[in-house]
Amino acid sequence: MKKIEVLQNILEANESIAVRNQQLLDKHKVFAVNIMSAPGAGKTSLILQTIARLKNRLNIAVIEGDVASTLDAEKVKNEAMEVVQINTRNMPESCTLIAAMIEQALKDLPLEDMDLLLIENVGNLICPAEFALGEHKRIVISSLPEGDDKPTKYPLMFTNADAVIINKIDFLPYVDFDIPVFRRTVKGLNPKTRIFELSCKTSVGIEDWCNWLLQEVEAYLLQVKSA
Amino acid sequence: MHEFGITESIIKIALDKANEAQASKISQINLVVGELSGFVPDCIQFYFNFLSKDTTAEKATLHFELIPAQLRCRDCSAIFQPENSEWNCPECHGQSVEIIGGRDLYIESMEVE
Repeated sequence: MKKIEVLQNILEANESIAVRNQQLLDKHKVFAVNIMSAPGAGKTSLILQTIARLKNRLNIAVIEGDVASTLDAEKVKNEAMEVVQINTRNMPESCTLIAAMIEQALKDLPLEDMDLLLIENVGNLICPAEFALGEHKRIVISSLPEGDDKPTKYPLMFTNADAVIINKIDFLPYVDFDIPVFRRTVKGLNPKTRIFELSCKTSVGIEDWCNWLLQEVEAYLLQVKSA
Repeated sequence: MHEFGITESIIKIALDKANEAQASKISQINLVVGELSGFVPDCIQFYFNFLSKDTTAEKATLHFELIPAQLRCRDCSAIFQPENSEWNCPECHGQSVEIIGGRDLYIESMEVE
């Protein structure tokens, strides 16, 4: 019997593929955003609103991650320049997208012609927090009907987010969602994150979100062009 | 739910290392799993029993060292372990906290024959 020291990070395989994905995106000057939330919080609606506002400025493609079905890809396909559906049902990880799935999907996208890639992760507030995909920004959506306690229950997801979106703000008269409490909890976990309040249904607040995203894409393009 | 792929990675790393060491059997794999890593040891064990069949890792014991969550208050710098989902600082009751421990997920060592 002998003991061997290993000291190897088990997520390293995923992380090295994520790094490769980002290098490929950078080579083609494509800014990638990983959009995460619980099921039904409004990931697809946010993507549709974002494309509607920004498609005259940016060429936007979408990767749709779902356990099953092509419903979301169908909704997005008329708006986006290109959409790739990933179904995770028969893959090793069914509860989240992982870097290897994105690596495959990137082969089916016209990277040369794209500026922005919106990646809709599988609806889940736990697993996607652990798996880098190669994205430049991580966005988490919480919606009013879910309640204001999600950052307390799923802290990792909010700790790593570059921006947090409070969606379905039009529900405010009907639900007990305390926005200041939610903001305080999120800022406690992650002081640097940006928080946007909006409604994909009424379009309130969409402009602020899109302006921020556009600024981020433009800053990125300047940076990769000068590199 | 995402332990299947993680268990595949554990077995791949273990078999590579055993091969390098020219070992014929892996008897124990010592894993370090943080409380905040989101990975459940029982699920890893379940998949391991199934995925390690017919490999040199078959019937190896998985030993899990669990690392508790550790937080630091950004206001008063107190370091504490959260109780349940209460992440407020026990010293100053501040709500601004930073994770400083408990996200680990790695193979520390193995015992081979």
